[in-house]
Amino acid sequence: MSATTQSPPASDSRTPSQATRLLGDRRLPVVVTALLFLVMYGVGLSRYQNYGFGEPQVFLNLFIDNGYLLVAAVGVTFVILSGGIDLSVGSMIGFTTMFTAWLVERQGLPILVVIPMALAVGAFGGFLMGYVIHNFEIQPFIVTLAGLFLFRGLCLVISKESISISDSSVSSMAQAQVSLGMGFLSIGAIVSLVVLAVAFYVLHYTRFGRRVYAIGGNEQSAMLMGLPQGGTKIAVYTVSGFCSALAGLLFTLYIQSGDPLHATGMELDAIAAVVIGGTLLTGGSGYVLGTLFGVLVLGLIKSIIQFEGTLSSWWTKIATGVLLCAFILVQRFMTTRKKT
Amino acid sequence: MTTSSTTSSRWRALTHHHLFWPVAVLVLLLLVNVPFTPDFFSIRMADGHLYGSLVSIVLFGSPLILVAVGMTLVIATGGIDLSVGAVVAITGALACSYISDQKDQGALSGVLLAMGLGLLAAVVCGLWNGFLVARMGIQPIIATLIIMVAGRGVAQLITDGQIITINSEPYKLIGGGYWLTLPFSIFVVAVVVAVTVVLTRRTALGLLVEAVGGNAEASRLVGIRSRRIKIMVYAFCALCAGIAGLMISSNTSAADGNNAGLWIELDAILAVVIGGTSLLGGRFSVGGTVVGALVIQTLTTTIYTIGVPTQTNLVFKAAVVIVVCLLQSPKFRAKVFGARFAAGSAAKGSAAPAAAPADAATATEASPKMEVS
Repeated sequence: MSATTQSPPASDSRTPSQATRLLGDRRLPVVVTALLFLVMYGVGLSRYQNYGFGEPQVFLNLFIDNGYLLVAAVGVTFVILSGGIDLSVGSMIGFTTMFTAWLVERQGLPILVVIPMALAVGAFGGFLMGYVIHNFEIQPFIVTLAGLFLFRGLCLVISKESISISDSSVSSMAQAQVSLGMGFLSIGAIVSLVVLAVAFYVLHYTRFGRRVYAIGGNEQSAMLMGLPQGGTKIAVYTVSGFCSALAGLLFTLYIQSGDPLHATGMELDAIAAVVIGGTLLTGGSGYVLGTLFGVLVLGLIKSIIQFEGTLSSWWTKIATGVLLCAFILVQRFMTTRKKT
Repeated sequence: MTTSSTTSSRWRALTHHHLFWPVAVLVLLLLVNVPFTPDFFSIRMADGHLYGSLVSIVLFGSPLILVAVGMTLVIATGGIDLSVGAVVAITGALACSYISDQKDQGALSGVLLAMGLGLLAAVVCGLWNGFLVARMGIQPIIATLIIMVAGRGVAQLITDGQIITINSEPYKLIGGGYWLTLPFSIFVVAVVVAVTVVLTRRTALGLLVEAVGGNAEASRLVGIRSRRIKIMVYAFCALCAGIAGLMISSNTSAADGNNAGLWIELDAILAVVIGGTSLLGGRFSVGGTVVGALVIQTLTTTIYTIGVPTQTNLVFKAAVVIVVCLLQSPKFRAKVFGARFAAGSAAKGSAAPAAAPADAATATEASPKMEVS
């Protein structure tokens, strides 16, 4: 809020009590999301215990079924932490599925050659958007919107019809299971966890990570401090493009086809996951671990709806919207005193 | 700078008018069609209705124009409304499901009630958006994201996940009917645009909206009820989206919670930007937006008529977004067109470097704020 609120919370004028200090803690949103996840899981357990909800594999499936979303959301976390937004994620995922399927099925390239190509295209797309955003000072929102149109359009240019992948190396990769004793994970799930770990390291233990936070916190002061904000900004969108392409590859493995309408609107899921994970949309504050919980909460909503059976898929959207709203309001109250 | 009688300064004044570039692009796009469809500009009469490419551009562009006009005011206050597509879906779903429940789907009272119900829901969505933005102080892009995500779910809930088809003559009129030889939706659009223009340019409302967009806090301090204005503007935008929702569902006689109005928010924002309204807020041009929406519809039609595969539509749109935004960016102008523009931009300190002085001279509207085109 740019200046005084009309009715500042009463606690503001007092000396900070235990409660206000707790409310001001940056880790609170992540803790709240983690608790929410546990509560939802508990509710699921109590309702569907007899239907096998308590199986460890049900929990592991959350990672298998949402690995691509986690990777995309990690990329979006970088962008949002830096104070930007990336709307091109869903299109980039859709494009990668098409690109991969087309190269593997129609051009007969081996999947191991296609993977680096797809990642390079994604990273380059992100780089281009970051370049335009930084160098011409156009709002990220509108540039990535153009990216959304462009990549969705390119999907359709490759083919209007979906291309199913029958390549044996792809399907063996998709079906590979890594046993964990109590259950198994897919390759996609493991890749997504590795991405999460790398992102955690980069954001919290490297100079680049600190720059992302600094720029998101206050771009002006970051610039005055002499931080290379241009390079960081462009890098952030490159990371997001790379993550989207990787998410696209995981999605291709998961669904084993390319379709021009794959992942429509997934940018919203990714943004929602980041917000529910407690990252401030104005940038500068949040944890990539929160994003993990955000994705898990969204995934759990889907599983619960599946177990419920009678509920229909649109409840997922409504529940996501309600959660999004709740977390945005929580963020709002937490940052009332901060200048945004 | 006064407009002297020399032709060069008249030309300058013309090219620097804020509607010049949007209109020029529109005319150019229309002309591109002529080699491919020689009778592109001909309008013929059949069954007492006017037919022709121009008529159908306006007909099919009607919902977009409506949504874009509402969006213009929101953007003028420095906001953005991503929820319009979902509002389109909700309104259509509500109206159609109400009509489909009636015994006599053609009864006028039932249809009017259904429309009222749909529009009421739309306004409620708008008020909610406005409340979040103005009262809670949440960034507009995020506040409206909530309904963008949840709204389609609500629309599907209303239609029970089905595509509801109806058979109602009076309802059909809004989006697919004819009146006085012209598509009825053209009249709806004309009324909405006229009301908007009169309200914003013949009363102080437009000035207030721009003041809020220029600096919400400052305008609040000088006594403008900036919060109330913001809430009003979001409600108006949602109402426009609601009317568009009625139009779309009426045209197809069906409500599709999943696909109705899909991506219309993006087209609408694009139309506003092409029309010369800056995304930063503080200035707007309703006329520009209407032209912008027509440009987008013409682009779509052109792609169909000249036989380019329709799937490239989105690629073209992406190119248009980028070109328009680059042209609006002072930094880009400075880099590409040289130091003259850069100096102008530095002196003005705003997004209207070269165009601004001439604009002021040719101001045709009541208020003195033009936008770069």
